[in-house]
Amino acid sequence: MVATKDMPQKEYVLKGNAACAGCQDMVALRHAHKALEGNVIQVVPACCTSVVQSLWPKSCLDIPVLNTAFAASAATASGARAALRAKGITDTTVMVWAGDGGTFDIGIQALSGAFERRTDLLYVCYNNQVYSNTGTQRSGATPLHAQTTTTWYGKKEPEKMLDLIVAAHEPVYQTTANSSYPRDLYDKFKKAKEIEGPKFIHIFLPCPQAWNYPVEIGVEIGKLAVETGYWIMWERLGDEWTLGRQSKRFQDPDNRKDIEEFLKLQGRFSHLFKPKKDEKKIQDLRDFVQHRWDAVLRTFT
Amino acid sequence: MVNEVDINPKTRGDMPKTSYSKPTIGSMGKTGSWRTFSPEINYDECSKCRTCWLHCPEAVISQDEDGTPHIDYDYCKGCGICAQVCPKHCISMVRDLEKKEVEA
Amino acid sequence: MKTMLMSANYAAARATVSARVEVVAAYPITPATTVPEQIALLSEDGVFKGEFIRVESEHSAMFACIGASSTGARAFTATSSNGLLYMDEGLHWAAAARLPIVISNINRSVSPSWNIHVTHDDSMSKRDTGWIQFYSASVDELYHTIIQSFKLAEDERVLLPVMVNADGFVLSHTVSTFDYLEPEEVDKFLPPYNPPHWKMDPDDPVSHGNIVFPEHYQEFRYQMHESNKNALTVFEEVEKEYKKLFGKYFGGPIDCYKCDDAEVIFTSQGTIGAEAKDAIDELREEGHKVGNARVRMVRPFPVEKIRELASKVKAFASFDRSASYGFGGPVANDIRASLYHTDYRPFVKSYIGGFGGRDITVPDIKEIVLDTVNVVESGELGPEETWHDLR
Ligand SMILES: Cc1ncc(C[n+]2csc(CCOP(=O)(O)OP(=O)(O)O)c2C)c(N)n1
Ligand code: SF4
Ligand code: SF4
Repeated sequence: MVATKDMPQKEYVLKGNAACAGCQDMVALRHAHKALEGNVIQVVPACCTSVVQSLWPKSCLDIPVLNTAFAASAATASGARAALRAKGITDTTVMVWAGDGGTFDIGIQALSGAFERRTDLLYVCYNNQVYSNTGTQRSGATPLHAQTTTTWYGKKEPEKMLDLIVAAHEPVYQTTANSSYPRDLYDKFKKAKEIEGPKFIHIFLPCPQAWNYPVEIGVEIGKLAVETGYWIMWERLGDEWTLGRQSKRFQDPDNRKDIEEFLKLQGRFSHLFKPKKDEKKIQDLRDFVQHRWDAVLRTFT
Repeated sequence: MVNEVDINPKTRGDMPKTSYSKPTIGSMGKTGSWRTFSPEINYDECSKCRTCWLHCPEAVISQDEDGTPHIDYDYCKGCGICAQVCPKHCISMVRDLEKKEVEA
Repeated sequence: MKTMLMSANYAAARATVSARVEVVAAYPITPATTVPEQIALLSEDGVFKGEFIRVESEHSAMFACIGASSTGARAFTATSSNGLLYMDEGLHWAAAARLPIVISNINRSVSPSWNIHVTHDDSMSKRDTGWIQFYSASVDELYHTIIQSFKLAEDERVLLPVMVNADGFVLSHTVSTFDYLEPEEVDKFLPPYNPPHWKMDPDDPVSHGNIVFPEHYQEFRYQMHESNKNALTVFEEVEKEYKKLFGKYFGGPIDCYKCDDAEVIFTSQGTIGAEAKDAIDELREEGHKVGNARVRMVRPFPVEKIRELASKVKAFASFDRSASYGFGGPVANDIRASLYHTDYRPFVKSYIGGFGGRDITVPDIKEIVLDTVNVVESGELGPEETWHDLR
């Protein structure tokens, strides 16, 4: 893994922007762009990332950004890639940077189409598990029992296992990542940059606004997601699947921290602890953790 | 290619045909004003591990060649993440008001 | 220039070769389907040199064109009815982003019920998107209008997307001769597209389309409106140059036939306007002073041309193959609105019909024109709108 001191100093995410204090999306963007080194066209659908850029005529992103409609990122990126091909430009990365709403829900058709066409495209889903832009409504990525403004008493359905859907498209490179592990994230973008074809990076990132946790503990929450086994770090290069070093220990349930440690820090799960602890619902989430491990391992190993 | 984006258009005459924006530091102004608590680095303790630089969402921490971090208070939003991730616990979050009082 | 014999859809596909289109993204829908089919073949045979993206939907077709155009490529798509409606979000987007994309919309009825034949409801419902709109009446006209549209769209004074409409089946599948231009010939007319203001370029990064506050949003839309109106002047120049280079001319925004001394003018969009010439000839033989004005350009609306005609005639018989439901024929409404602030007060009769592919033949047109002739003679307007051949 890259040493921190060897990471580029150049910042493509410029300070003084419109992101909320502590926004983990900005951490992910910072290191993604350090890896891509500016030779990139970034397509952004409606989501927080369209807002954090700030107001016309200024932008905090020092790279070309094409904002597009909510459902249209992978299609827009397909067009950008085709234009580059028509002009004989091959070394520019075309990247989608979309939220979970723009990926799991409204944008899934365009994503599926672009991948089936084997578009040379790096599709990044930054997953904050909710529609943050519009004020915290549920998405297909919102976990079971999480409170949102469209699931006031907690979501009744577990999250969609998008990775398995994406994997069915057999991308040339697919990986999960987490904003709390920026060096690992940087390495993954470096790797993706060098590979031609459809690539998918799924970044788990905590959102202090929507998850309602003290803004300073964003990194801790992201790490707890891994340490409780809730979020699994893995990579798949072609058919070769590897469990990430951050997650290896947590394949064994005995090594995992209890899911409660992850849940209790977040306001969106507070109803599981107050006024009375809801053991059943916490157990549901504990079960989901194992369920996801089983599904992922069954699919890839 | 020309980029005639006027940063402060007064009338439509100064505006381009469609809304494209230029990369700008401080696109939302001096976001340091959002801050209630300010990170203060105790340089005696700092091991120059660069961890704060790595996790700062705002990219306001710069480093010297040797890794010594410097915070740009004009833009630091005071999220406190640097203080949380610092392995040496040598960044403390100080209420701006208190700080000013102390200075006075 | 050489003569080719093919359907309008195949000719539209050929126009992408002639105009050196760099990116086509399209999705099949009857009756536009044979456009992308033919482009696919031309692409696989190496005749079409650009990129052809076989997208998974029309929404994606339009946004792929938007992505391509934003990256500096000349982009084209084709669709019909439900496909055009599915693109709606992208139609507004392309216009406001000032991207010179060209679409060939093969007019088809909108569902329900399923009906694959011509009605103009699909494109007429898109009049307010900011796109420039043409309606064509022959294979030759469709082919050349597509080439001209790129020049018009890419003109700095316009910078807006263009929709070239053609009646489903009646025109799209009609096989006819047309004058084909090799790309080398078109080069004299149409230089490579080079976005004058912005594009996605890592060497000169800009963010396009981030937030604009109320302080400025309106001014962007105002500019779009003014540029759309500029298209009338620019199109005149484009047609003039085209005529000089290739000897082809289709009559400006409104193609007039025997209008000079006419007392009643029949207006329509699309192929009916070609059919109408025969009707006018017969009526003239029968002693009526009538003319035919085929409205080729619906947006921007050729207000001045309408006023010029209105200054000479006693009545318009305006035929719309679509309805602005609840408020009559869309082009009839535009004609009336164009005249309100003038002193010209011809009767403007609105006829609506030919929906779902119902034939409008010479006798139909004669019946309509004669109805308006009667209005002139009696001095009684009668109904403001008439659904023709209503059973
Ligand atoms: C077609 C359409 N429907 C709805 C919206 C409103 N909208 C904008 S962003 C958004 C949610 C975005 O959520 P997500 O993709 O998870 O990104 P986040 O805001 O969480 O970063 C919604 C519903 C829209 N812009 N376009
Ligand atoms: S709402 Fe969340 S994801 Fe959106 S900018 Fe704020 S912190 Fe970032
Ligand atoms: S408080 Fe937040 S914004 Fe300020 S330097 Fe620390 S991490 Fe960066």
